[in-house]
Amino acid sequence: MGTDIKPPPQAQTLRVRSGEVELAIKVYGAADQTDRQPLIVLVHGYPDSSQVWHKVVDPLSARYRVAAYDVRGAGDSSAPAHTAAYELDHLVADLAAVADAVSPEQPIHLVAHDWGSIQGWEAVSTARLRGRIASFTSISGPSLDHAGYWVMQRLRSGAPGELAKFANQLMHSWYIGAFHLPLAAPLAWKLGLDQLWPKLLERFEGIHTESSPSQTRDGQQGLNLYRANVARRLLAPRERRTSVPVQLVVPTRDRFVSLELLEGIEQWVERLWRRDVGAGHWLQLSHPELVVRYVSEFVDFTSGGEEPAGLHRAQVRGFGEAAARGRYAGKLAIVTGGGSGIGRETLLALAEQGAEVVAADIDLAAARRSAELAELLGATAHARKVDVGDAKAMEAFAAWVAAELGAPDLVVNNAGIGMAGSFLDTSTADWDKILHVNLWGVIHGSRLFGKQMVAAGKGGHIVNVASALAFTPTRMLAAYATTKAAVAMLSDCLRAELAGQGIQVISVCPGVIDTPITGSTRFVGVSEEEQKRRRDGARRLYQRRNLKPQAVAAAILKAIEQRKPEVLVGSEAHGARLLSRLSPALTRRLARMELSL
Amino acid sequence: MSQDAGRNGGDGGNAGWDPAIADLDGFRRAQRLAYRCAETIAAQLRPGITEREAAALMQRWLAANGANDCFHQPFAWFGDRTAFRGFIGVRHLGGFNPAFYPGGRKLEKNMPYILDCAPTLQGYTADIGYSGCLGSNRILEKLMDDLLEYRQLILDLVRQRKHLSEISQAVDRLCARHGYEPRHKAYPFQVLAHRVEKLEADEGRHLSILNFGVRNIGKLVGDLARGRREGWSPLWSSGQPSDHPPTPGLWAVEPHLGFRGVGAKWEELLVVTAEDAFWLDEDVPQVRRWSSRGLLPLAQAA
Repeated sequence: MGTDIKPPPQAQTLRVRSGEVELAIKVYGAADQTDRQPLIVLVHGYPDSSQVWHKVVDPLSARYRVAAYDVRGAGDSSAPAHTAAYELDHLVADLAAVADAVSPEQPIHLVAHDWGSIQGWEAVSTARLRGRIASFTSISGPSLDHAGYWVMQRLRSGAPGELAKFANQLMHSWYIGAFHLPLAAPLAWKLGLDQLWPKLLERFEGIHTESSPSQTRDGQQGLNLYRANVARRLLAPRERRTSVPVQLVVPTRDRFVSLELLEGIEQWVERLWRRDVGAGHWLQLSHPELVVRYVSEFVDFTSGGEEPAGLHRAQVRGFGEAAARGRYAGKLAIVTGGGSGIGRETLLALAEQGAEVVAADIDLAAARRSAELAELLGATAHARKVDVGDAKAMEAFAAWVAAELGAPDLVVNNAGIGMAGSFLDTSTADWDKILHVNLWGVIHGSRLFGKQMVAAGKGGHIVNVASALAFTPTRMLAAYATTKAAVAMLSDCLRAELAGQGIQVISVCPGVIDTPITGSTRFVGVSEEEQKRRRDGARRLYQRRNLKPQAVAAAILKAIEQRKPEVLVGSEAHGARLLSRLSPALTRRLARMELSL
Repeated sequence: MSQDAGRNGGDGGNAGWDPAIADLDGFRRAQRLAYRCAETIAAQLRPGITEREAAALMQRWLAANGANDCFHQPFAWFGDRTAFRGFIGVRHLGGFNPAFYPGGRKLEKNMPYILDCAPTLQGYTADIGYSGCLGSNRILEKLMDDLLEYRQLILDLVRQRKHLSEISQAVDRLCARHGYEPRHKAYPFQVLAHRVEKLEADEGRHLSILNFGVRNIGKLVGDLARGRREGWSPLWSSGQPSDHPPTPGLWAVEPHLGFRGVGAKWEELLVVTAEDAFWLDEDVPQVRRWSSRGLLPLAQAA
């Protein structure tokens, strides 16, 4: 997009005639490479030109032949005289002309963004290019016909929830209406929007680019895309089906296309993959490495290569209800201590909403059982035996995840043990034991998987299970509360560090939850018999409170959805937090109390 | 099948109970009738039928086949009500929740159901639970498979003369290990099991109030009073009142598991004698099912 960016030296420029216009194509990738190498055609959207791909063409052209062209009216391509010449039929004819010029024999792999993607849908679902497209990666641009059906279905159902989705999409599409205003929109581009555009991108999308020399013209001419097509297609949509494998790459924070618009899309596509990315509309500018990886994986797979785990996870299977993907479909979640209590329930709640899950637990049988239950809920699930406090074991586990499943999207560092009793009774061995699991487990999990998530660049969530005792001192649980306070602080610091990477760090502070931890809590400084008596007492107390691990799991999922940094579970947790802030003195006073179990 | 329990004279423990072979045969006939009822009505279930209609079908079938009293009138639960989800799972009034009664829920394809009936035949009362599904349901299949472990665990621990509360807690722990909710906790008094007693055999129809048979509940109340004097409870739960060794007599044992929106149970009479215990009948639908799925020999070998 920037003027200083020149096509790499090996780029070859072609001009191809299509109807009344001449299209400018840049072809990348060494000419001496064999023609059998897959050829990728990149189609840009509005108000861009082929320059919008500048961050991805280099890495892609290292492995493939790549062609990027300027759509009619944009960049170096010429513009037709009439609005009608922007109708989708002509745009598909342009793509066909490009495909014939750069890859006359072999089918092309299509990668398209925004309006380019709208054209792409038309190309894969109509006759003109049948057999000429091997795969289609669609970024942020639905088929107008699919959208038309989507609107009709919402309006016909009349259900308030469905109408709300329609209203939401309307709010995302305000600009389409504005683009139909005569004079105003073109005038805006002429009166300085072109200069303002990079600033707007930076301000609202966090993307740094420079003004393109053709920006005014791209902005103005491109309006015809909307004027020539939107109303016609939305009001009278036609059935558009395709047997071309389609990979949807969906930026979930897209300001211009709502996620709901993709509901039911599987009815039109025989083989569909969907990968959600926590990012804005211009993914090829904000996350170029990610786009390169997704495109490469899909091109390789559809050219007969293996299906990597991440891609496999992303395939949409079934129709309608069956394909009604949970929120976490296509996501990979790791849960430590996943064999029981809060870990198991969180794992199951994620599995229920479509995530692929890994239960890690020191008790392999328990982890296997959790995985089995997750499979009953329709998820793909794995079980691994891991001692979370053991650095080597965790490194091996993380390496296994990276190699077999790819970087996770969610990591729940939940494994923990209980320990009760006074500080002076807590031996060095006791401290080693509890720090090993409660603190080192969270350190290893956050560090190893955090690195993987940053490297993968797709964002995600790290959930660290602390406790309300993280901010509630008590003489009765010195070691336990100390480890949990450390987990909370670790999470606070890590949250700050990963904020720029799109990785959300959540600390979970449950109150009195009835889990198996009460049955195995070590009571320091007392006899075995007394320990058993106190365990029974604690268990009864926790049972009477009757707050279930399911409640924590539900709170964790809600915190993920609402992007909350911290989640308290149970009125006692909220009360303790309030008290610790309102009256630290009273909190210190209460810490002296000893409850007899 | 141990049918020789009658030999066991003993002093019958605190309940002074000495099962006669004739009596056990009577109870076995009642239990078979109850299971036949459940299987017959289950075969007639169609999408659209309500819980109330299914319960009424069972009630009519039992009456037509000689039952003249009951511990409770037939229950039927469909869909997520089998897992006691929603209002039905609220424990108040000691678990006497009106949502417990058969309601207007309609049966749909692949929906789990539970039929539960407790007829009295010639003075002998049975109480059974029967789970199934109209179509297929993977979660239900798994729950029904896993219910085998509970049948074995309970019998083993009773034979070891563990306290009933301990056994109930072991069931709770097994549920936790399996990842299931022990849904019998939503029953009145959170019972895993309850006693049944022999009634006078006669021909007349007997009164039920709020769907519970007055004569059987009267016996239970009598047991409660006697148990309070003698230090045992006819309501077997995880709580303190059940902190006593297995009391000789007949116990209707009903572990009820729930996972997400699916619940499953069986209910059978357990015969406890002064020294031993055994299930009244091995020829019951759940045992036949485990056997046909090859689960039984494996479990017995283990």
